[in-house]
Amino acid sequence: MKHTLKKTETEKGQKQMNDVFLQFVSKVVFFIVIMFSFNLFFAGHYTPGGGFVGGLLAASALILLLIAYDKKTLQKMLPIDFRMVLTVGLLFAAGIPTLSFLFGTPFFTHQHTYIEVPVFGEIALHSAVLFDIGVFLTVAATSLFIIVLVGEAEN
Amino acid sequence: MTTNILPLLPIMIPFFSGIIMLFVGKRPIAHRVIAAISGLLLIFSALWLIIEVYQNGTMVTFLGNWAAPFGISLVIDMAAALLVTTTAIITFFTIIYSFQTIGIERENYYYYVMIMFMITGINGAFSTGDIFNMFVFFEVFLLASYVLITLGGTKIQLQEGFKYIVVNIISSNFFVLGLAYLYSVTGSLNMADISNKLAGFDGSFSIMSLVAVVFLFVFATKAGVFPLYFWLPGSYYAPPMPVLILFGALLTKVGVYAIARTYSLFFMDNTAFTHQMLLFLALITIVMGCIGALSFSDMKKVIIYNIIIAVGIILVGIAMMDESGMLGAMYYLIHDMIIKAALFMLVGFLIYRTGQTNADRLGGLIKEHPVVGWMFFLAALALAGVPPLSGFYGKLFIVQSTFENGQYVAGIIVLASSLVVLYSVVSLFIKAFWGEDMDFTTLRPVKSDKILFASIAMVIVSIAFGLAADVLYPLFEMAAQSFYDPSSYSEYITEVE
Repeated sequence: MKHTLKKTETEKGQKQMNDVFLQFVSKVVFFIVIMFSFNLFFAGHYTPGGGFVGGLLAASALILLLIAYDKKTLQKMLPIDFRMVLTVGLLFAAGIPTLSFLFGTPFFTHQHTYIEVPVFGEIALHSAVLFDIGVFLTVAATSLFIIVLVGEAEN
Repeated sequence: MTTNILPLLPIMIPFFSGIIMLFVGKRPIAHRVIAAISGLLLIFSALWLIIEVYQNGTMVTFLGNWAAPFGISLVIDMAAALLVTTTAIITFFTIIYSFQTIGIERENYYYYVMIMFMITGINGAFSTGDIFNMFVFFEVFLLASYVLITLGGTKIQLQEGFKYIVVNIISSNFFVLGLAYLYSVTGSLNMADISNKLAGFDGSFSIMSLVAVVFLFVFATKAGVFPLYFWLPGSYYAPPMPVLILFGALLTKVGVYAIARTYSLFFMDNTAFTHQMLLFLALITIVMGCIGALSFSDMKKVIIYNIIIAVGIILVGIAMMDESGMLGAMYYLIHDMIIKAALFMLVGFLIYRTGQTNADRLGGLIKEHPVVGWMFFLAALALAGVPPLSGFYGKLFIVQSTFENGQYVAGIIVLASSLVVLYSVVSLFIKAFWGEDMDFTTLRPVKSDKILFASIAMVIVSIAFGLAADVLYPLFEMAAQSFYDPSSYSEYITEVE
């Protein structure tokens, strides 16, 4: 999208747009937003949050980079095929609930246990986290996908 | 163990096959193989479901092991099992049909993936026991159908696709609104639980009539009932033939199923208003569909208007809501799904072979394609309901029920509509296959072995269904019972408590 902006600007004979503020700020804000998205993601079992919101926020962090720089830069930073991320996410979201058949329980029945970890003490391990990772990846990849495709269509 | 897995198979098989195809990437041949195999698996799992439900009664599984009114349940009664089986059969043959008709560009852009996701939603809507989940599965198959209707991006597809999306988004909003009303009145979203609560309630039910109107607005838009069928002929005309087969055979029927389910479980106290309204709309739908079917000589349009007629006829049976009415509605629902798929496939073959959609420009094709011609004739007779074929039983029971209930006008309109249906489809047959020979040199040299295999197989399925109607009677009796006797559907919840 940025790419198109630049092109139209130069066609009109104007100087290249100066976006040093946006680029600099987005470098910093990106990390804040992405950390907050992870925070929301891990908060979401007993408190508001979860894979869906976390995924949307992660996507918005990446979209910020996309606006500040352009698609090529984003691909250099994150050399991932979003379609693959989406597919892996779907596989997690659909596969983990199906695995509960192996335990002889109905679909979507989650298993959990508590383990002792040296530094952190007692922490909970829950298979719902794996399912939520699937949701996170699917939502993030889908929203990025849509924005990138719509942005491309403008060319 | 099986009771846990089996009800989920019709949802999980297409979902996983879609995911596998996404992993495979843009390789159309691999997509074809995976789609066909999962279609076969769907048929087997659905048949297994029918056997299991027939032997042990309604199958219930509770997602996440949360007991019924609190958790989400999947309930497969005989009606759902029969619909899932029919969906599976149609899906399999449509996938075979797509190999030679849809074109490699669309196959490259995840056409089969979208079909599989749409089937996931349709099977989910048939098998869920939770009204909110029904909304979710409606959205799942609608989202996939938005992609299918616009995939390819021709001008008419985008124009009609936009109309389709706007209409469906508005009606989905009203679905949520109706759900909110229902939840605030009953405090539950589990359909069986709502039914039990309403049965045990002896106060004023007037608010439920409002909910009934909102729900009818939603499902009538999806099913194509008067006056909300205005989008249907245009939107269904736009996408390529295989997509039209799936839309015409399956999507409207999900709306009809939802009307049957909600009107049998929730709105049984004020039938003088709700079911009379349904009957009235159904009859006007039949009349409007008949006018449409008579006024076109475009083959696709005629069959599309026949969908509207069929929806009206099924709804007459549902509006009666007694044993013979529901029996007829179930017979006619299954019959109509199969025969519409068969007719669309045959018409699609003619369109691909000749490049014409207008039957007036065809003629004498019986010399080139005798088998297709007679199959079309058989399908036309089955659609109209000529006795040994499958359409007859449904109409017989529906008309019997209307006369038993003193709705003579309804019975006569249903009977008269059969004549219109017969006339409209047989006139297509006469125009296309008899009459003066068209210029056979303009026929396109298309590869058609798989197209013909799928079309003829669907006609044979339809004929077999008609001949086996007597053998299948116990199944349909079970299916009808869960509608006219809602307590047989919702008894699983008392077992839980």
